[in-house]
Amino acid sequence: MLVLSRKKGQTIRIGDDIEITIVATANDQVKIGIQAPKNVEILRQELFEEIQAENKAATASVDNLLSNLKNLSNLKK
Amino acid sequence: MKIRTKYHGEMTINEEDILHFEKGIPGFPNEMKFVLIPLTDDGLFQVLQSTVNEDIAFITTDPFFFKRDYDFVVDDAIVESLGIQQEKDVKVVVIITPQEPFNQSTANLQAPVVMNKNNNKARQVILNNTNYLTKHPLFAEEPVAAKG
Repeated sequence: MLVLSRKKGQTIRIGDDIEITIVATANDQVKIGIQAPKNVEILRQELFEEIQAENKAATASVDNLLSNLKNLSNLKK
Repeated sequence: MKIRTKYHGEMTINEEDILHFEKGIPGFPNEMKFVLIPLTDDGLFQVLQSTVNEDIAFITTDPFFFKRDYDFVVDDAIVESLGIQQEKDVKVVVIITPQEPFNQSTANLQAPVVMNKNNNKARQVILNNTNYLTKHPLFAEEPVAAKG
């Protein structure tokens, strides 16, 4: 990992199309501004990891799936 | 073509029904081909089944049935990557995380699966700026006890 030190207001270029700016710092928090092409997805890492974990949990096998689902459908109606 | 499925044994599918997830899905970046198999007659539940790996299958549901006011903006980047031209071409399902007992199962409303019915391109879209949960209970209140 490349580690750079920046002061508030300074910017980092990544590739040709991405710029990261330190907008503000306060206590433990850093506000980061990101300029990137629309097709580049930008996510908080922990959110991505949460979705990953949820997807993995979602592949757990369900016994008697159809009868379980029928019960669920009936309860909801 | 014939595929092996998690909940339906071996089945024959049409290549034209295969959904293409260009980037896979989070946790499964190499799984790019899925089919959406109906599970219940009322059309409420489906299985999003990998056409390559029998064990990789997700139970999915129509989110609007469980949360009537479910609403999100598909941002331009997604519209473009899926080639979406009109709203009616879009189909949305959400992935259910099964729990024990099953009626405690939850739906991932924070990352819906968005599909373009026109070209079969699909993507799991992680919503950045909403309050939706990755574990939305399928029942908002405690389920009513069964009779008896």
